[in-house]
Amino acid sequence: MPSFPQYLTSEQENELRRIANAIVAPGKGILAADESTGTIGKRFASIGVENTEENRRCYRELLFTADASVAENISGVILFHETFYQKTKDGTPFVKILKDKGIISGIKVDKGVVPLAGTDGESTTQGLDSLSERCAQYKKDGADFAKWRCVLKIGAHTPTYQAMFENGNVLARYASICQQNGLVPIVEPEVLCDGDHDLETAQKVTEQVLAFTYKALADHHVFLEGTLLKPNMVTAGQSCPKKYTAEQNGKATVVALSRGVPAAVPGITFLSGGQSEEDSTLNLNAINNAPGPKPWALTFSFGRALQASVLKAWQGKKENVKAAQEQLLVRAKANGLAAMGKFQGGQSGKASGESLFVANHSY
Amino acid sequence: FSRVNMPVFPQYLTPKQEEELRNIANAIVAPGKGILAADESTGSIGKRFAPINVENSEENRRRYRDLLFSTDKSLAENISGVIMFHETFYQKTKDGTPFTKVLQDKGIIPGIKVDKGVVPLAGTEDECTTQGLDGLSERCAQYKKDGAQFAKWRCVLKIQQYTPSYQAMLENANVLARYASICQQNGLVPIVEPEVLPDGEHDLETAQKVTEQVLAFTYKALADHHVYLEGTLLKPNMVTAGMSCTKKFSKEDNARATILALSRTVPPAVPGVTFLSGGQSEEDATQNLNLINAIKGPKPWALTFSFGRALQASVLKVWEGKDENVAKAQAELITRAKANGLAAVGKYQGGLDSAAGGQSLFVAQHAY
Repeated sequence: MPSFPQYLTSEQENELRRIANAIVAPGKGILAADESTGTIGKRFASIGVENTEENRRCYRELLFTADASVAENISGVILFHETFYQKTKDGTPFVKILKDKGIISGIKVDKGVVPLAGTDGESTTQGLDSLSERCAQYKKDGADFAKWRCVLKIGAHTPTYQAMFENGNVLARYASICQQNGLVPIVEPEVLCDGDHDLETAQKVTEQVLAFTYKALADHHVFLEGTLLKPNMVTAGQSCPKKYTAEQNGKATVVALSRGVPAAVPGITFLSGGQSEEDSTLNLNAINNAPGPKPWALTFSFGRALQASVLKAWQGKKENVKAAQEQLLVRAKANGLAAMGKFQGGQSGKASGESLFVANHSY
Repeated sequence: FSRVNMPVFPQYLTPKQEEELRNIANAIVAPGKGILAADESTGSIGKRFAPINVENSEENRRRYRDLLFSTDKSLAENISGVIMFHETFYQKTKDGTPFTKVLQDKGIIPGIKVDKGVVPLAGTEDECTTQGLDGLSERCAQYKKDGAQFAKWRCVLKIQQYTPSYQAMLENANVLARYASICQQNGLVPIVEPEVLPDGEHDLETAQKVTEQVLAFTYKALADHHVYLEGTLLKPNMVTAGMSCTKKFSKEDNARATILALSRTVPPAVPGVTFLSGGQSEEDATQNLNLINAIKGPKPWALTFSFGRALQASVLKVWEGKDENVAKAQAELITRAKANGLAAVGKYQGGLDSAAGGQSLFVAQHAY
């Protein structure tokens, strides 16, 4: 008979499953605070804060020392390597601060996008070299999940078979290696919102990308019950002249997912992309209220959509820390409600309506 | 506005076509209902007739299916659809009523087997693909006109030392996707059947992993060919160890393995899974289906039956080819249909006695 050597013990499977389920517990989602050094610089620039190591440490300390009640809606935080090993002013590792609040630490492990020669601006993502050893170390140092972002673009002739196949494959290799080291892999095949394509096109491309993703995960024997998916919500391109409602976006998103994501996946943690804080929450809420088979949790893994108001309130000033933390609690609660389809709307923050779109976004 | 800068996905099914396919698929897997697979080819039905000493003549084939389809209309409480072979599809009752009309009048949906059997894949270890794509669109259009609402196409994968191979999985999935696409263009819901045979001594875990692989290839192919999943059904094997496996597994083990395999591969958009019974006895097939429905797990699709042997074994045994046995034989069909209808909602209590209830119906290397 064909041979399928055991590559995850029952204990390993149970642990991965437990972590994944904890991350997508009802009313909870992820704070994506894993901006790379370059990317966080862009956030700081908009509020006139210098991009120093200390300022980066200061800012993340603000986030992680928010009131303990934040853990009612934040189950996990994704960190960048530098942040993962930083500490509060009094020397407590961030990972411990989060753990004491009951928040699970995650680590971004990819090393950024690189171009695919011969394509029309398409890319893959690097970071597989020594990934196993790195994952083992992160696990030892307190991480329980990881994240890896791939990027697909909608253009006249893209995404190509090559790009979809390559990105699907690299995500599957990453996921496989993570699981070997006790980390739940969050699989992120982001279809960018750049462009003037309509909602239907975005839906069909997302379906294609998801089909390639899950075929690759199957081929690489990834334990689906111990993974999470971080996709884009399905929305029309940023420059599409036709406008759609949150309800339409929600429906298109659920249709795409129902066609591409096996029921064994415990949860889907949406990225916010360039959406404003308020739109992200409204769309997440609409997704949870859309009809259709939805056997997975549908929650958030937001970066900009959880932090825009926080940054605006902070302005880099110590005296604003409490007010800034308050903004985080407001957005976390709003998104926690949206993750259960119970958001009533209008919890405004300082930046809640502002679009956070950055063209051709890369971290 | 300009559509120059985006990929193109020409509309290939109108919303109306999508709605029709969706409605048919949902009707087939309505709660407590499933399919009677009565599409045995001429050769296969001969193998069913032989043990009861019935000659394999066209008239006997007609008489036998007449028996099935003229059963009391309460049959429709548990049988939503019937798959027929081409010859049967155009046959009539003694008084000249087409079988399709007899079924429609009971509220049972006629279906048609459209594949033309397995053919070998050269260079493989006895693997095969399935033929039947030539002129399929025209054939489907005609069947639709003549009363069919769904179709069925069976592919076969085998678990041997080095199989199923990548080639076999890719090829069979692709041919299933082409068939499905063509069906939908012609208003027929395609039942997609990638059967992993139970022949062999492999254990349950191996059966599960192979089934997962085969289903992964299947759904990737359906995605690549833009098949409208909400207007399809899946007819897979239940996951069980090989027939010659020395280790025995419980029905709970089988059910768990089956749900695991499906949850990892079958998109929630698929409205229903209509299991084949393979070589299982009538009672085993029903109990396995019941457990599949009763156990916990992510199960966003209906889980019901599309049984051939497991609905007909007792019927044949009681009929024996004799007119005086028809009513009793029909009663057997109702009994099995009811049992499986209960199993399809996880409520089968067991022991609904049938004439052939416990007999294994395994035929080695089964081909239709």
